[in-house]
Amino acid sequence: MGMTITEKILANKSKRTTVQPGENVWVDVDVLMTHDVCGPGTIGVFKEHFGSDAKIWDKEKVVIIPDHYIFTADEKSHRNVDILRDFANEQSLKYYYDVGTSNYKGVCHVALVEEGHTRPGEVMFGTDSHTCTAGAFGEFATGIGNTEAGFIMGAGKLWLKVPETMKFIFEGELPPYVMAKDLILKIIGDIGVDGATYRSMEFSGDGVYSLDMEERMTLCNMVIEAGGKNGVIAPDERTLDFVKKRSNKPFEVVLNDEDAKYHSVKAYRSSEIEPMVAKPHSPDNKALARELKDVKLSQAYIGSCTGGKMADFKAAARLLKGHKVSIKTIVVPATKEVEEGLKSETIDGTSLWDIFLEAGTEGIGKPGCQACLGGPLDTFGRLNQEEICISTTNRNFPGRMGSRQSQVYLASPLTVAASAITGRITDPREYME
Amino acid sequence: MSDKVTGKIFVLGDNIDTDQIIPAQYLNLLPTDPEERKKLGSYALVGLPKNSLSFIEEGQYEASCPIIIAGKNFGCGSSREHAPISLNAAGVRLIIAESYSRIFFRNSVNAGLLYPFTSSKRLCDEMKTGEEVEVDLDAKTFTHKPSGKVYHLDSLGDAETIIQCGGIFEYAKKYGTN
Repeated sequence: MGMTITEKILANKSKRTTVQPGENVWVDVDVLMTHDVCGPGTIGVFKEHFGSDAKIWDKEKVVIIPDHYIFTADEKSHRNVDILRDFANEQSLKYYYDVGTSNYKGVCHVALVEEGHTRPGEVMFGTDSHTCTAGAFGEFATGIGNTEAGFIMGAGKLWLKVPETMKFIFEGELPPYVMAKDLILKIIGDIGVDGATYRSMEFSGDGVYSLDMEERMTLCNMVIEAGGKNGVIAPDERTLDFVKKRSNKPFEVVLNDEDAKYHSVKAYRSSEIEPMVAKPHSPDNKALARELKDVKLSQAYIGSCTGGKMADFKAAARLLKGHKVSIKTIVVPATKEVEEGLKSETIDGTSLWDIFLEAGTEGIGKPGCQACLGGPLDTFGRLNQEEICISTTNRNFPGRMGSRQSQVYLASPLTVAASAITGRITDPREYME
Repeated sequence: MSDKVTGKIFVLGDNIDTDQIIPAQYLNLLPTDPEERKKLGSYALVGLPKNSLSFIEEGQYEASCPIIIAGKNFGCGSSREHAPISLNAAGVRLIIAESYSRIFFRNSVNAGLLYPFTSSKRLCDEMKTGEEVEVDLDAKTFTHKPSGKVYHLDSLGDAETIIQCGGIFEYAKKYGTN
C-alpha cells in the first residue's frame, strides 16, 4: 500500500519498509534543537539519567539556539543561557549560537533554516511547538518536551505514533493581498484548534508551490495551532535550490506515493481567500479583516517565527511606505540575518529599515522571540495592560503576549501594516492598487 | 490491591492552553531544581482568566484538588514541559478530559508525571469544582461521590505502560528501542 511523505520518512528512519498510521515506532533523529527556555531542563534530564559525565549521542546533531529571553534584565534568564553555554563547551557542540557574540542568531525556527539545519527527508525534533515550521523543506519536524529531548540527547531516537495525513490543496496563485498567513488562518478557522490533533497536515497545489520558502514556512509553522503533529510540503526545485545553498550534507528527497492514503483531502481556490483575522482568544476564532473595521487597536506587532521573516517585512514595508502609523507599532526581526536584510533590502531606493522608522514605528527591536509569548516583564513590546494588539504572531490565548487583560488579533503582515496606519482592523486592499 | 486516587476535583472547560497552565513569565524557572520546581507548582493554572476560581490559594505550593476534569484539547499550545510539571508539583495525580493536545499528552506520559485519561462523556458540564471523586486506576472507573454515578475511563494503551514504568527512560530500559 502507498504511503504519504510523512509515513515514508518515518518508515525510513525506523528502518522499516512500511509503516501504517496508528503504529508506534522508534525513529532515528537527524537534528535535535533546543533553546534557552527548555534547554536547561533538557540538560538536567539528560544528566540525571545518563550521568553527569555522559556525552551526547552526536555532537553535530544537537543544535542549541538561545532566542526566547535574551534582552531582559531577568537574572534567572541569564542563568539559563549560562547553562546552555557550559553544556555546549563541555560537549564540544558544533552548533551553539551564543548570546552576546557575533554568532548569535535569534528565533530558532528561522535560524535553523538560515544555518542549513533543514533538509528534505530528515527527522527533526525541537523543544518548541513551532518546530513544525521545518516541514516546509519536506522533512518530518515536530515539537517535544524536555524529558523526550533529554532522552534523545543520549539515545539518538524517540518513539512516535505514525500520524494520519490531512491534505490541503490551494488551487491557483494567491491574489497580491493574500499571504500564507491568511491561508493557514482560514484552515485553522475551518477545522478548529483541535481539528488536526495527532495528524500530519500536508500542503499542496500550485498556490502553495507559487510561494517562496519563507511563506511555506508560515504555513507549516501554524499547524500546531490546529493541533497538528507536523506540517509538510513535498520538495520542489525551489526547495532543493534553497537547501543546497545553505547545507552541504547529502539528503534524500521523499515524495508521496501515488496511491498514498489520506485521512482527508480539502481543496481551496486561492482567489476566493480574503485577508483573515483570528479574534481573541483563539487562533480558530476566524473573521474576515473587512468585517472587523470597527475594532479599535492600541498596538501593532510585526515579528516572531511566524511573521518576522524577510517576506513578512517586505510585505509590511511595501504597504507602509509613504504612510504614518497611528498606533504604537513594534517591529522585531526574527534573526540577525533578517535584521541585516532590513538594511540592505530596498523599495524604490529606501531601505525597509528606513521605511519602518519613517512610518513612525517604535524603533526596530533586537532579533528574538520578544513579546510573541509575553516573557519577562521588561520584554520589548509586551502587552502590560488592557491593550488591544493586532499581530503577525501565532497565538492569541488569554495572556499570551503579556497581560491577561490584553486582547490579541492575529493577521498577515499586510493586514497588520494596514491596521497600524488606521488604528483599527483594516483590510490591506484599502491601501493596495 | 487496586490503586485508587481519592480527592476533590477542579473543573475546567475546553482549550486550556499552556499559557494558562503556566504563563511564559515563569518559564525562567528550572524544573530540575527542586526549589524552582516547587515554585512552578505554586503558579499552576495562574493564567486562567481573571474571574476564575483559584487553583492554588495565595501563599500555598499545592492545590487542594489532585484531580482535574476538563473539556476538549487540554494543554494545547506550547511544548513547555513546565505545564505538566507545574501540575505535578502542585499535587495533581491525574486529569480526565475529553481530549488532549498531543505534546501535553506525550510530556505527561514520557516524563511519568500524571495520567492523562480521557472519558467519552463530557464530564466538565456535569460536575463542579470541589466535589469528591474516587478513581480506580486498575478498574478504569471513576465514582462521582455526590451522585454515586460510576463512569468508565478510556484505555491509555501503550501510554499506560510508559507511565507505570515511570517514564520513557525506564520504559526503554525494560522494553528496548526497536
